[in-house]
Amino acid sequence: METIVEKSLEEQFEEKIANEIRIEPKDWMPEQYRKTLVRQISQHAHSEIVGMLPEGNWITRAPSLKRKAILLSKVQDEAGHGLYLYSAAETLGTSRDQMINDLHSGKAKYSSIFNYPTLSWADIGAIGWLVDGAAIMNQVPLCRTSYGPYARAMVRVCKEESFHQRQGFEIMMSLCNGAPAQKQMAQEAFNRWWWPTLMMFGPKDEESPNTEQSMRWKIKRFTNDELRQRFVDMMVPQAEFLGLTVPDKDLKWNEAKNGYDFGDVDWEEFWNVVKGNGPCNKDRINARVKAHEEGAWVREAALAHAQKRAQREAADQAK
Amino acid sequence: MSHQKEWPLWEVFIRSKQGLDHKHVGSLHAADAEMAIQNARDVYTRRMEGVSIWVVESRNIHASNPDESAAFFDPANDKVYRHPTFYEVPAEIKNM
Amino acid sequence: MDLQHTQSPAVQDYTPELRALLLDYTLQLADTSLILGHRLSEWCGHGPILEQDLAMANIALDLIGETRSLYQYAAELEGKGRSEDDLAYLREAVEYKNPLLVEQPNGDFAHTILRQFLFDGFHFFLLKDLQNSPDQRLAAIAAKAFKEASYHLKWSSEWVIRLGDGTEESKRRLQKAIANLWMFSGELFMMTDTEQQLAQAGIIPDYATLLPQWEAHVAKVFAEATLEVPQNVFMQKGGKTGRHSEHLGYILTELQYLQRAYPGLEW
Repeated sequence: METIVEKSLEEQFEEKIANEIRIEPKDWMPEQYRKTLVRQISQHAHSEIVGMLPEGNWITRAPSLKRKAILLSKVQDEAGHGLYLYSAAETLGTSRDQMINDLHSGKAKYSSIFNYPTLSWADIGAIGWLVDGAAIMNQVPLCRTSYGPYARAMVRVCKEESFHQRQGFEIMMSLCNGAPAQKQMAQEAFNRWWWPTLMMFGPKDEESPNTEQSMRWKIKRFTNDELRQRFVDMMVPQAEFLGLTVPDKDLKWNEAKNGYDFGDVDWEEFWNVVKGNGPCNKDRINARVKAHEEGAWVREAALAHAQKRAQREAADQAK
Repeated sequence: MSHQKEWPLWEVFIRSKQGLDHKHVGSLHAADAEMAIQNARDVYTRRMEGVSIWVVESRNIHASNPDESAAFFDPANDKVYRHPTFYEVPAEIKNM
Repeated sequence: MDLQHTQSPAVQDYTPELRALLLDYTLQLADTSLILGHRLSEWCGHGPILEQDLAMANIALDLIGETRSLYQYAAELEGKGRSEDDLAYLREAVEYKNPLLVEQPNGDFAHTILRQFLFDGFHFFLLKDLQNSPDQRLAAIAAKAFKEASYHLKWSSEWVIRLGDGTEESKRRLQKAIANLWMFSGELFMMTDTEQQLAQAGIIPDYATLLPQWEAHVAKVFAEATLEVPQNVFMQKGGKTGRHSEHLGYILTELQYLQRAYPGLEW
């Protein structure tokens, strides 16, 4: 009896997936689907939150009031995006506290790109242009992902994110059209961010253990390599427009595939950064842990006050 | 004081302009209702998306079971605490 | 003669003296919101909880927005072709006119909240009056900022109450913040020569009228927060006349770094 029921639930689930019907929180779902989602959505949320740090690093040094306001609102958006995503993951029965603990303990991952340092103002341009550009390529398909709350969160994220890439490109344009020192700053930042950005699409398809199942369940819509290729094809002309040199000697237009051939990512570096050996892994997590721990008394005080107030109100009503 | 450490979860509903229904936009954590409304303003109306905000503590929302195969579900589990984000399909996909 | 002009002279119609006073005052307001916005923006990514990180960034953004409008107006009053960024990025610490309170370090969340609360109350009652200034530009800037400041004051007042009437630790921290920061509250209401002359000309309110409103609000919030209002505290002053604490130099070093390192470039 039990097995028949299970099977028919699973069939219904698969049918919904096949028919592009969104899965909603209370629907039955395979445990593995739930797990995959929690892992992916929380990882995504953590990336937004940790991602605030490298860019936040330049808020107080932004070179004009306009840039300062734009950067601050961009980093604030990232906090908002993290919040939308934590909320989506919470619908699967995992608390935000749990997810944050997993981030702090190192159990949960976040995008490795944020383990690289922001060393000059041009990095803020490069992050907006390249990193947000890559993020958008990853994220737009997620607006159609099979899990409803995730898809809806991603619609909000993508809608708000559209200005992020443009502001990055605009910074790069100002620098590239500016003084030689600025152009040099831009090229130097580009050199540092290009390869880590290509790593953002994840390991090669044949080494990506989760891709196949995620594609089948329509959590993921394109493979890592597909997205990486698209990104290169999109960015190379933009770099040319800016007058920047792509730091890849193997980069070449391939007429036959109507796309660029490009050099191989340094996968050893990639796996090392994932494992915690990037230049800023420790700084990033330490900063997050510090904020969380130093905020503990604030969160407790607010709860304590809310409880006192509720008790007083209850007492007043009892009178 | 209770042992609960995490601020409660609240569901946020926003009326985007006069004449429209409040629409569920997401959730957030806040210690009390006042804070939840302020947080909702900061989180969900950063681009002037609203004229009115409702917040409801998630544990006070009870949801119907999904239509299909209702009999197969554990009927006791109707507290929405685990399942706060629901309904409605995105409208803006074409603009991205 | 059109009615507009009888009510509110255009910038070029002001006497040079009045213009200089208005410039001085507008710069002071701009410096104040810039430095406080800058301080708050230091929290971005490090707040006690995500939702409050967003709240502080919002307030910082409001303040920076207000700053820009004020510097733009100051640049016009000055009439020397300087831009908002020239005024923010190329003036020395002694030229900055913000009160000492807003340059004080963030400290813990209690210090940030208290600094904000003390300032928000002043800001709120000032802007409320300034909306009616015969100087139309100031009035318009104040009207926009007043809406924002109303929210800021609500936010910081509620936090003072939560922390004061929260846990023992939060109360102790807030009391420490009061001990450290109260002495900077008086300067907000001490009028400089410029302020006195503008008040006499009816362009800005007399701060003596703002103080009791501020005191009443503080007393109400402190009572709810189960806190004592300090009495007979010797008040620090100097920021509004360019004598700052040691903190401002570091703020400006960071803020102005790129403009100073690469003079005259567009970003």
